Amino acid sequence: MISKDLIIIGGGPSGLCAAKTALESGLSVLIIERNPNVGGQLVKQTHKFFGSKDQYAKTRGFDIAKKLISDLEGFPNLEILTEATVVGLYRDRVVTVLHKDKYVRYQAKSIIVATGASEKFLAFENNDLPGIYGAGAIQTLMNNFGVLPGNDVVMIGSGNIGLIVSYQLIQAGVNVKAILEAAPKIGGYKVHASKVTRLGVPILTSTTVKKAIGDTELKAIEIVSLDEKWQEIPDTSRKMEIDALCISVGLSPMHQLLSMIGAKTKYVSELGGFVPVIDKNYQTTTQSVFVCGDAVGIEEASSAMMEGYLTGIYVSKHLNTAHRKADDLIKYYKEQLDMLRNGPFGIKTKTGLNKLKEGIHDA
Amino acid sequence: MLNSNGVPTLNQVLSRFPDEKALIRPKAILECYEDIPCNPCETSCPFNAIIIGENINTQPKLDVLACTGCGICVTSCPGLAIIIAQLVGDKAVFKIPYELLPLPKKGEIWLGVNRNGDVICDAKIESILANKKQDHTALITVSVPALWIHEFVTIREKDE
Amino acid sequence: MRINEHPILEFPKKQKIFFMFEGQKLFGYEGDTIASALHALGIKTLSYSIKENRPRGFYCAIGNCASCNMIVNGIPNIKTCITFLEENMIVDKQSDKGVIK
Repeated sequence: MISKDLIIIGGGPSGLCAAKTALESGLSVLIIERNPNVGGQLVKQTHKFFGSKDQYAKTRGFDIAKKLISDLEGFPNLEILTEATVVGLYRDRVVTVLHKDKYVRYQAKSIIVATGASEKFLAFENNDLPGIYGAGAIQTLMNNFGVLPGNDVVMIGSGNIGLIVSYQLIQAGVNVKAILEAAPKIGGYKVHASKVTRLGVPILTSTTVKKAIGDTELKAIEIVSLDEKWQEIPDTSRKMEIDALCISVGLSPMHQLLSMIGAKTKYVSELGGFVPVIDKNYQTTTQSVFVCGDAVGIEEASSAMMEGYLTGIYVSKHLNTAHRKADDLIKYYKEQLDMLRNGPFGIKTKTGLNKLKEGIHDA
Repeated sequence: MLNSNGVPTLNQVLSRFPDEKALIRPKAILECYEDIPCNPCETSCPFNAIIIGENINTQPKLDVLACTGCGICVTSCPGLAIIIAQLVGDKAVFKIPYELLPLPKKGEIWLGVNRNGDVICDAKIESILANKKQDHTALITVSVPALWIHEFVTIREKDE
Repeated sequence: MRINEHPILEFPKKQKIFFMFEGQKLFGYEGDTIASALHALGIKTLSYSIKENRPRGFYCAIGNCASCNMIVNGIPNIKTCITFLEENMIVDKQSDKGVIK
């Protein structure tokens, strides 16, 4: 069995940032990533990011990924395993991995689960027809593979992802017929909404999809209007002919691995669903197993990065090889997180995190 | 209505325009109507004409006298929420961000569009700037009839 | 349905990769996954659901949903959305739980 000081499961922005501060502390780090490349969701983000200079504001997502990866160059104690899926996690911090066709076992002194989130789904008739995609899938198709999802698309969901992906569809030459939002108001940043409205895309609030139509492929959808109680208003049904439907109705933290070790979770709707219970150092209820990024609460990549840096430092303290600038950096990254969460969009996250943090440990 | 369709009211738009007298020189119109954590406009401005401050959730404010209308903030804003506006005789001249293909060519006549996505006028393409620092956000200088100064926001290609 | 020109990204011409799909010889490009290559050719149905035999296609693109499970080189349950296309692969639609022979 191969030993490592720290195994980071997930090579997205949070995992990459955690690796940096952990490596700076002298720890041996292994990043395990199931995709062929690290970088997580950043690699398919073509828009410029928000935040401040420290979160790489005005840099396009895929360039941020390149920067985070290049930050890890030159550290001799770093190993990155891609096309590798963690298939077993044990309370004594053994991690078993399926790497291409090989089964490998590792012993870690500490683990960070930075596995991000998965897209939520929407229930409606015929929602399994080919031609219906998650928003992330559309981004992957377009921005990674250069393949068009269709000619005429409707987007469901007006959160940041729905608005941004609609804009990216237009950039790729796809006709976005409408953005449907079940709530009475737009969920994401208004600047994202304005960008698509001025390009002629109507945003229909209090509207949702009732049914998808087609034999073997999507050909049309039936949409209906909703009242304040989210109920269908009779006689408001109309049809839209499209060949692609994009569903962007939110993300759910993806930390199922932690169930293998019995780490406690708690349902906190503000954070996206069930999240691992953590203490103020991002440690789960299982000793020496930490979690950061979207896996512990849905936010933006900017927060995932700051949390990653922080968690890497907390792990270094936990293993008694504290980062030499530990206290200063902890103060700094916490301030950055506070600042990112200071506006109206941060209220939900702060409420959720307050509901979550408690310090319980195994013996 | 901004919250239901992303379109600010005329009053909201007017609140971001300086006095018409100031528009004899090009000035930045900062259409960031929401508190979100973001400040590249402030940090990119070489003339310190955009003020946000320590709390980066604060909406940016323009120091009208300091602003030269250079347009660096236009291509720095991740939300594409800034345009430069100027009144020149019977024309309104704008510098807008543009990230679609095809890029317009100098001298072409495209359609002028308002914040609602409706076509309102013809728009003459005066110049196109697309340098490496802008990172794929082109800066297009466009002129439209002056009466559209508060309505015009972007261009659209004419159908064949 | 491939993107030729994009305002932000570059899609350089890549090496063609030939493969078999349901007895037909098709091609994708280097860097494609099996699912993206099929999608580019307009093939949207990748498998069928086990009980009701409903057509299933590309959904999550990230290996979570298993909607894209196909039989590749005789091995079933291959998540084609995260499996790279390789020369001479034999790809077939799957409509059962997957039988390993």
